[in-house]
Amino acid sequence: MLKNLPKTSLRRRLSNWTALGFITLAALIVTVPLFLILGTVVVRGLGTFNWAFLTQIPKPIGEEGGGMGNAILGSVLLLGFASLIGVPLGIGAGIFLAEYGRNRFGNIVRFTADVLNGVPSVVIGMTTWALVVVPQGHFSLISGSVALGIMMIPVISRTTEEVLLLVPQSIREAALGLGIPKWRTILSVVLRSASAGIVTSVMLAFARIAGESAPLMFTAFGNEFWSSSPNQPVAALPLQIYKYAIQPYEQAHAQAWTAALVLISMIVLTVVFVRFIVGRGVIKGAR
Amino acid sequence: MPEHGHPRGPEVPARTDMAAPVLGSSETLRIVPKSRLVFRENVIADRVFRGVILLCALAVLAMVGLIFFELVSQSRLSISKFGFKFLVKQIWDPVAEDFGALPFIYGTVVSSLVSLVIAVPLSVGTALFLTEICPLRIRAVLSLLVELLAAIPSVIYGLWGIFVLAPFVRVHVEPFLARYFGWTGLFEGPKYGWGMLAAGMIIAIMILPIIASITREVITAVPRVQREAALALGATKWEMLRIAVLRNARPGIFGAVILGLGRALGETMAVTMVIGNRPEIARSLFAPGYTLASAVANEFTEAVGNLYLSALMEMALILFVITLIVNALAGLLVWSIARGKPSRALA
Repeated sequence: MLKNLPKTSLRRRLSNWTALGFITLAALIVTVPLFLILGTVVVRGLGTFNWAFLTQIPKPIGEEGGGMGNAILGSVLLLGFASLIGVPLGIGAGIFLAEYGRNRFGNIVRFTADVLNGVPSVVIGMTTWALVVVPQGHFSLISGSVALGIMMIPVISRTTEEVLLLVPQSIREAALGLGIPKWRTILSVVLRSASAGIVTSVMLAFARIAGESAPLMFTAFGNEFWSSSPNQPVAALPLQIYKYAIQPYEQAHAQAWTAALVLISMIVLTVVFVRFIVGRGVIKGAR
Repeated sequence: MPEHGHPRGPEVPARTDMAAPVLGSSETLRIVPKSRLVFRENVIADRVFRGVILLCALAVLAMVGLIFFELVSQSRLSISKFGFKFLVKQIWDPVAEDFGALPFIYGTVVSSLVSLVIAVPLSVGTALFLTEICPLRIRAVLSLLVELLAAIPSVIYGLWGIFVLAPFVRVHVEPFLARYFGWTGLFEGPKYGWGMLAAGMIIAIMILPIIASITREVITAVPRVQREAALALGATKWEMLRIAVLRNARPGIFGAVILGLGRALGETMAVTMVIGNRPEIARSLFAPGYTLASAVANEFTEAVGNLYLSALMEMALILFVITLIVNALAGLLVWSIARGKPSRALA
């Protein structure tokens, strides 16, 4: 019977193949910029990459050599302090949304977290400037960390919520049925079985804030020297890239590309490292 | 009747008894078995835990409230001086302390629209390819590549934009557009490379992964039977995609686009580096422009005088309000289609 079906008309077959062709082409085009950007960063970045770049501070403009050791240290410190703020608050809010937030108030918090996620980073930077830098009287590592920490919260909380909701309800019921109080159930049973996902969410937040420069311009500000004091301005890789990119010197541009290479490598290494740890079950309870 | 509805009757098993005030007096203490005291401790611990968790949730609310409050209070000076005119004036003169945000609003809207024109077809195409056409083996690699685009920092996009994209646009893209589409008036004037067009292109690359990943989620949520029904009626694959998939997913895709728009409006560093930073309104996309976000980032640390600072704060406030509206709209649209699954704006 199927044999007697009329053939699909040429016009329809043509439009089918054209449309499918365009869809495939779109997917191919999208990958082009990625390879172009990564390729350029590696090729141009490796040129001036050496040990001194990782360990020395910038030389004055026009002088050969120098590095961004202080900016690398600054970025690490900023991320560390930011996660002191962002990780506990983010995971806490995530627990609230998943375990206590299946109601109207929960929806309000959920919506607000999405709003916070959508606030442009530069606006968060300005608010932090008004809230921390102005009362303190000067730019500082701590104010930069506050700005970045605020940005981490919505990412971590929304992902944590999703991961916690994947934990089967029966596991909670089993724990409660054994007489374990709710807080213990959440902390030692639910959180533990979701720990791989939570680590992933923290990692996502890291990837998001590691490259942020706009909020740091009015908070951490940048510094040409070594500094690890929470109350002093501090250098950061993204800030340094921006500063060097807009200078008219070839020397500075080369440094900016190398800094870009280091920054991208740091982000990728963090992601791979965390995946490795989670995959090997080094973190207890993680799958 | 009220006692009846009360859950803490005497016959109710011990566990639901947790919240009962067993330590009301020393007399009750004697008759309470030891296990009940453990329950009592747990009730307190549960309440403390709940309180701490609630504080975390309240912190999220407080932060958004604080951001809004701080922006309003910092821009009060500018609001009272310029009023509504701030939004429609074209002057930006820090020396005379006369400010209007229109060129910045224009630049923000136009650069975002340019980016959407480029990004929407590409990302919807990519999402369709990933869900409907792509062989399984390539799918994982390809979606990883698309997500990697989202992991590249804004400032590196800017760096690439200055040194690679802008020269390319100047030499190849702009002459082509001027030659064949110059009659529209959108593509004329001197060719710098950097400007509105380059900014739109950079933003497009940056918002591609967000639109693509949400569109993918939405398309996946379209029931399989819809596809099967279309195919059973004799539709070709493309007709099936058009009739069954795209039509059903339309509100969600629209939401994804709006979410991408939200990102595009707030994009700062990459835009600052390629848009040219000149507060002018020009018809041609080759001309340099300025956006709210890039102006704030560029001028804030150099701003002298309270009125100048306040005007920049008001621009941040405008940006905040616009992105708030856009994101709320997008959230509603995505929720309406992928109900149950929380919408996720990818980092």
